[in-house]
Amino acid sequence: MTDDTPVLEVEGLVKHYRGRAGTGTVRAVNGVDLSIGRGEILGLVGESGSGKSTIGRCVARLTAPTAGRVRLLGQDISAMSRRELRPLRRDVHVVFQDAYSSLNPRTKIGDIVAGPLRQHREGDVRERRGRAAEMLERVGLPARTATRYPHELSGGQRQRVALARALVMRPRLVVADEPVSALDVSVQASILNLLLDLRSDLGFSCLFITHDLSVVEFVGDRIAVMYLGGIVETATRQELFAHPQHPYTQALLSAAPVPDPREGRAGRRVVLRGDLPSQTSRVPGCAFHTRCPVAVDRCRTDAPVLTGITAPDHLVSCHLVTPEAGGPDITQGGNGLVHHTS
Amino acid sequence: MTLLEVSGLRVTYRTEDGPVLAAKDVSFSLGRGEILALVGESGCGKTATAMAIPRLLDDTRATIGGSVLLDGVELTALSERRMRDVRGKDISVVFQEPMTSLNPAFTVGRQIGEVLRQHTGLTRRQVRERVVELLDLVGVPDARRRAGSYPHELSGGMRQRVMIATAVACDPKVLIADEPTTALDVTIQAGVLDVIRDLREQLGTAVILITHDLGVVAEVADRVVVMYSGRHVEHSPTAAVFDRPQHPYTIGLLDALPARAALRGGRRRLTEIPGLVPSPATDPDACQFAPRCPRATAECTAARPALTGADGGDGHLVACYHPGPRRDA
Amino acid sequence: MNNAALENGPSAAADPGAAAPEPVPQWRRTLRRLLRRRMAVAGAVLVLLFLLLALVGPLVTGSQTRLGLTHLLAGPSGAHPLGTDDLGRDVLARITGGARVSLLAGVVSTALALVVGVPLGLAAGYYRGWADSVLMRLTDLVLSFPYLVFAVGMAAILGPSLRNVIIALAVAEVPSVVRIVRGETLVLRSQDFVEAAVADGARDAAVMWREILPNMTNTLIVKATVAIPAGILGEAALSFLGLGVQPPQASWGVMLTSAQQFLSQDPLLAVFPGVAIALTTLGFNLLGDGLRDVLDPRELL
Repeated sequence: MTDDTPVLEVEGLVKHYRGRAGTGTVRAVNGVDLSIGRGEILGLVGESGSGKSTIGRCVARLTAPTAGRVRLLGQDISAMSRRELRPLRRDVHVVFQDAYSSLNPRTKIGDIVAGPLRQHREGDVRERRGRAAEMLERVGLPARTATRYPHELSGGQRQRVALARALVMRPRLVVADEPVSALDVSVQASILNLLLDLRSDLGFSCLFITHDLSVVEFVGDRIAVMYLGGIVETATRQELFAHPQHPYTQALLSAAPVPDPREGRAGRRVVLRGDLPSQTSRVPGCAFHTRCPVAVDRCRTDAPVLTGITAPDHLVSCHLVTPEAGGPDITQGGNGLVHHTS
Repeated sequence: MTLLEVSGLRVTYRTEDGPVLAAKDVSFSLGRGEILALVGESGCGKTATAMAIPRLLDDTRATIGGSVLLDGVELTALSERRMRDVRGKDISVVFQEPMTSLNPAFTVGRQIGEVLRQHTGLTRRQVRERVVELLDLVGVPDARRRAGSYPHELSGGMRQRVMIATAVACDPKVLIADEPTTALDVTIQAGVLDVIRDLREQLGTAVILITHDLGVVAEVADRVVVMYSGRHVEHSPTAAVFDRPQHPYTIGLLDALPARAALRGGRRRLTEIPGLVPSPATDPDACQFAPRCPRATAECTAARPALTGADGGDGHLVACYHPGPRRDA
Repeated sequence: MNNAALENGPSAAADPGAAAPEPVPQWRRTLRRLLRRRMAVAGAVLVLLFLLLALVGPLVTGSQTRLGLTHLLAGPSGAHPLGTDDLGRDVLARITGGARVSLLAGVVSTALALVVGVPLGLAAGYYRGWADSVLMRLTDLVLSFPYLVFAVGMAAILGPSLRNVIIALAVAEVPSVVRIVRGETLVLRSQDFVEAAVADGARDAAVMWREILPNMTNTLIVKATVAIPAGILGEAALSFLGLGVQPPQASWGVMLTSAQQFLSQDPLLAVFPGVAIALTTLGFNLLGDGLRDVLDPRELL
């Protein structure tokens, strides 16, 4: 493996699963490509039902992909058995959203953090205890937290413990699924700062999954926007927020409430009409055309491909993006828009 | 013109580990057609405060003190029977989770109609017409058909709109909305916030919005009450609280927001508020924020600061001995 | 305390103990809550009395088998506080001896059922698949017989002895243990902390043993408080039918059998073992109900 091999490469990832009886197949992820470089944080943002968490679960191999490849450090893990996967689990760890349910209520914090070391038979009990204590201090908790139980800690402290467990093996990749969504803002701030600090100290890469644009804008180096099982746009953080091209990305940015009554992201909001189509249905053409304010006939029949149109590192999947003009301005579109100039 | 006057409101929960003071001496007023936001982090007492107004707290566990005047009527003194008339008619509530607040066994039209039948003398046909009107009002497309839908056939955003329609069915004076958009996606949230604003425009409904989301506050509220550990620490018109926050806690809260960090442009670091929220069981005669406050002095731990007018007037109140805009240390 | 202890920042990180004083240990809270329930306390007292009777009783009272042909079917007296039976044996001594048999039957059959049922339930719930389906149909089959009918059948096949009674009762109890454990496992295995352990690279046995099992101890404790009196009752019933403990050894069931013939002459002979059975099972049931309320596992998750 050379130095510029991406830590994670996902190609054509598809995950379908059977829904409840009679509801048909749930098409959670329909052909996703993405890659994460060394030490990079990729922010994967999307609303509920976009399939963002399913991607995380496929990457951590908590579930097997239906099709496509997941390469971790150059090695294809998409079809490996549980036994084959076990040694590779040193290199990828997961932080879940709910720090209340992701820590075993019957296990002491020290044993939780030392857990991965024990699973991988690293060192003896004393050495593991030492490394767990060191990791706890790294995430800003005193070593004596090791003797506590999860229910004795606050939400923020628990999420620190979850980070400590995820990082104790010094993995190459951390999959963080909405790690701060359940926390209050002031707690969230400290966890986000901590994540960035640890990343520069330890140098791991991170797939950061969230629904919150402001969080991803703060933490992501590169950002991928998902809609209905597919990535619609990928770009660096600065580029994506400055020049969103895909109509969905634009709508998402304009809908996010801005905590400043005078600024208002664009001075006006675009409210999308209608709801997310069911995940069990197959939408022909562009998945977003049913809600897109600027959709044309072609969008209803041809599925666009995710490619770099204006720049090679700004990928977008939309027929209306042109090399000259960039993305369409959805506030100029006619149908189904509500304008607010408040 | 004052519609609702809350003064000295106190809510105490009895728990196994002793009493918990959820709200301690909270006062504010609400004018007709005004949107007031109660904002704060979990455990700050914003929900207890708001739910004490229509007396929706379990009275075997919670005791309510202080005064709540609605159009001159003292709600805390009303009998439970009179109070039932007030609820749904004068004051109605929208909760965070629309799925659990709707009965899955009945059509949404029937559930909205139920409220109308209870509080008005409308005929069956009038009720049906009014239900369609209400669904129209809250932006449910194809309202006549949707009235016959069951809750599970609707999306989260549509369900929340139905909840709002139910709440405003009897044209209440006050609508209390407890985190109404927290469970919704942003693109859906935007639409629901529009509905709340439109209600104020079209019906003149006054709204108490309980939220943890300062972005939502900035978008819809006229005035803001910032709560910390059961007390209101800052109270002001919305623009002022964002432009010239006075209380160190408010400032800390705003600076902790990633979205504000992005607006400020600066380096990639969020401001943290050191320390922990104090135990809700205690109520010392001191500023509760002092242990975490960069400006704290001996004065702050000696006596509790009163809510007083801040610089700039316009009804901007702050409970702090050292108020004032952000200072760079 | 969770909502109270909203943490943050470096200073909190440096000293989270400041806001979270040494909490009351879980078991003490549980005990305190249990003691607040009058019925549960009454149950606990009955269970304690029963344990005392079974463990200490036989040391105090005389032989349960010594015949006393001079005082057959005697009423209560100073020498024989509960009187004597048709062979002049001391009823109190036989009650305490019977308590020991009951305790043995209840506790050992329950323990056996757990030892067999817990691993089966864990594996069935964790792996699912065809083995799970087969196991579930088997438990359906056993559960379609009433508990006692199944135990009677088993005991009849195995032959009458205390050991066989215990085996029969354990086998009859296993399916319900498997069901409960499997159900809990199904719920727990989708919890984040179980997934986190899997993602950490934990082996299946470690996931089941360290992550899943400790979180169903409350359920198992409650289950035991139901299974033990069922075992006690089962032993009494089997012994009553002659399929269990054999005379002259005392068992509450055996005592009831022999009391039957003298119901008109000495009804007390049937009353004492009957009351002992009733109070003991009542005690366990009351305690179990209290524990079920207090140990609501949802509160711990």
